[in-house]
Amino acid sequence: MINRNSQKRRAWINAQIVAPAQGLSGKGGILVDDGWILAVGAQVTREMVGAGTEVTDCKGKLLIPGLIDMHVSTGEPGTEYRETLASASEAAAAGGVTTMIVMPNTQPVIDDAAIVDYILRRARDTALVRVAPMAAITKGLNGELMSEIGLVKSAGAVAVTDATKAVANANMFRRALMYARDFDMLVVQHVEEPTLSSGFMNSGEAASRLGLAGNSAMAEVIMLERDLRLVEMTGARYHAAQISCAQSVEVMRAAKARGLPVTCGVSINHLVLNENDIGAYRTFFKLSPPLRDENHRRALVAAMIDGTIDVIVSGHNPQSDDTKRLPFAEAAFGAIGLETMLSAALQLYHSENMPLERLVEAMSHVPASLLGLETGRLAAGAPADFVIVDPHLNWKVEAAKLCSRSKNTTFEDRTLEGRAFETVVAGNSVYNYAS
Amino acid sequence: MTSRIARPLLFKSPHLLGISDLSPLEIPALLDLADTYVDVNRGSDKRQPILTGLTQVNLFFEASTRTQSSFEIAGKRLGADVMNMAVSTSAISKGETVLDTAMTINAMHPDFLVVRHQSSGSVELLAQKVSCAVINAGDGQHEHPTQALLDALTIRRHFGKLQGLTVAICGDVLHSRVARSNIHLLGKMGVSVRVVAPSTLLPSGIANFGVEVFNDMKRGLDGADVVMMLRLQLERMSGAFVPSQREYYHFYGLTEEKLAYAKPGALVMHPGPMNRGLEIDSIVADGAQSVIREQVEMGVAVRMAVLDALSRHGHNRGPK
Repeated sequence: MINRNSQKRRAWINAQIVAPAQGLSGKGGILVDDGWILAVGAQVTREMVGAGTEVTDCKGKLLIPGLIDMHVSTGEPGTEYRETLASASEAAAAGGVTTMIVMPNTQPVIDDAAIVDYILRRARDTALVRVAPMAAITKGLNGELMSEIGLVKSAGAVAVTDATKAVANANMFRRALMYARDFDMLVVQHVEEPTLSSGFMNSGEAASRLGLAGNSAMAEVIMLERDLRLVEMTGARYHAAQISCAQSVEVMRAAKARGLPVTCGVSINHLVLNENDIGAYRTFFKLSPPLRDENHRRALVAAMIDGTIDVIVSGHNPQSDDTKRLPFAEAAFGAIGLETMLSAALQLYHSENMPLERLVEAMSHVPASLLGLETGRLAAGAPADFVIVDPHLNWKVEAAKLCSRSKNTTFEDRTLEGRAFETVVAGNSVYNYAS
Repeated sequence: MTSRIARPLLFKSPHLLGISDLSPLEIPALLDLADTYVDVNRGSDKRQPILTGLTQVNLFFEASTRTQSSFEIAGKRLGADVMNMAVSTSAISKGETVLDTAMTINAMHPDFLVVRHQSSGSVELLAQKVSCAVINAGDGQHEHPTQALLDALTIRRHFGKLQGLTVAICGDVLHSRVARSNIHLLGKMGVSVRVVAPSTLLPSGIANFGVEVFNDMKRGLDGADVVMMLRLQLERMSGAFVPSQREYYHFYGLTEEKLAYAKPGALVMHPGPMNRGLEIDSIVADGAQSVIREQVEMGVAVRMAVLDALSRHGHNRGPK
């Protein structure tokens, strides 16, 4: 539960600030009071805050805005054995994520203002970090009839999406885009043409050697290109939830050059892993969209660096043994990721020339502006959500120690360099590595 | 018969197929004539037998209660012999085409054919093949000229003019022939016309009709003299065009609260039949600003004026 009544004035000093959207970099600190940022920057020092304020010396660690993860599934409501909002929020806090955007593919589906309200109330009462839901584009995720986009927005939904399903019916999707535009609602699409997506991993040599049916990158590109034409027709704000291949990068780049109001995301898995990680049918690497080959991965990293890709998500999708300890074709899609997203992203900074600023933007300021959130920035007057990051702390991912109720991580037993050291939500420390 | 032919022509066309065929001079002339019939209809002797000996056939391929009865009463008050053809029980259901049905009736020498059909352009097609005056009583999503005329008459009688007023047409413009005819008519008469609807209920290119487009009803009604609601069929309110009845009501239903954004005393209109509690609240539909029942009254007068005006063209045209 977020403590929103913290009256305590606190300061974190001697940090290395990385908040590119606010033009902040270099040494400085942050002063918070009553859950809000009072001051941030080089001027915040021990002398400036004075006596009577609790001060944390960050000893040169990074200070970045609290991360906003635009793609989180929990099992609440409906399959709480997989994950609750509370357990997911613990994982989020440990991973530096201060706002989780939860997907509507719950039971019941979030396609109604009352369920949006339920999520917000449950989160308020049980979660350590902020939670905002996306609502369904179509009722019951059936792809046929529009959900109450205006009413769910009034209730607090920040975007609409059919989560892991694409809205395949072009006429339905066209109307949903038109209608969403009237309400200035972002439409988030899972870009995968369903009639081309009956496989279990990336199609190609690796799938053929494993004897598994594959999904071609074309399934993604075809849906993406169709959608972009519909966006051109309707003028709606559109976000491709997760792209996974080089062709999608080219298509997005061209669409942005034409001035379309479109953005796209990528999962951290697709930036740091490829189809070879599946190895001998490791089902934790069975993802949708599928992991592609190394050339695609490199194209995604390059697109992240040049800004063609806007957002990094964890794609957090908790699955239990009963849905993952199965033959590959029968296993569920998805991997957890809230707790490892930041650390995995730092691998790109350490070894693939990814500017830290790009990573921070893609996980804070950009999703905040797409979704109309007031968080995601370090500025006086903004909510005091931020992360102290130790970029060089080595830690081993041990499934048993992860906070998530499900353990299907793609980083099991890997040692990662860098992690969230302290996570602060509304001025309160919700995670501290030292304790 | 000679007395009819001697009366001045009110408009050029031998048919009334759509408002788009009428000129800005012809419309006020028709409304002036309709005004005289309003007085006739309010009097004790409503018979004005100028169409004695003429035959009017109401050919309704699409079900209608108010328009058909309005045309029937109009014809009868002017002394015409009126016949209603219930098409669902006739030859069409045996596979006959629209044109064959029309030609069959034409062979019986009617003088007026009042036609409603579910396909846009069908009434015009029919008019090319028959030798009598054809009145469009609604074709598909194209035109419903007598509805626009009766709406204009209602408005003009309240404000004493049309020029300079602001009329907001709200709701399912996409599927509405009433909206299209009104947009044409009001535009020709110098009315500033707005359409207010979610984008899914607006035809593409509607801005080129000379209207202002609003997706937000409160902004669309701001300062309007007239709020004209359109009917939204229930089956279009369940997710295909708009998400649900309650969402439509919430954002686009005419409530007292939303009506307050229009000018004080703004007229509330609806072509009927209404979905109470969906596109319009009962309190508003039955309230002091509502002229919905008056529209029905004006309908009879306008249809009498149209029959009168068309009869002045004579009635023995050969097929073109």
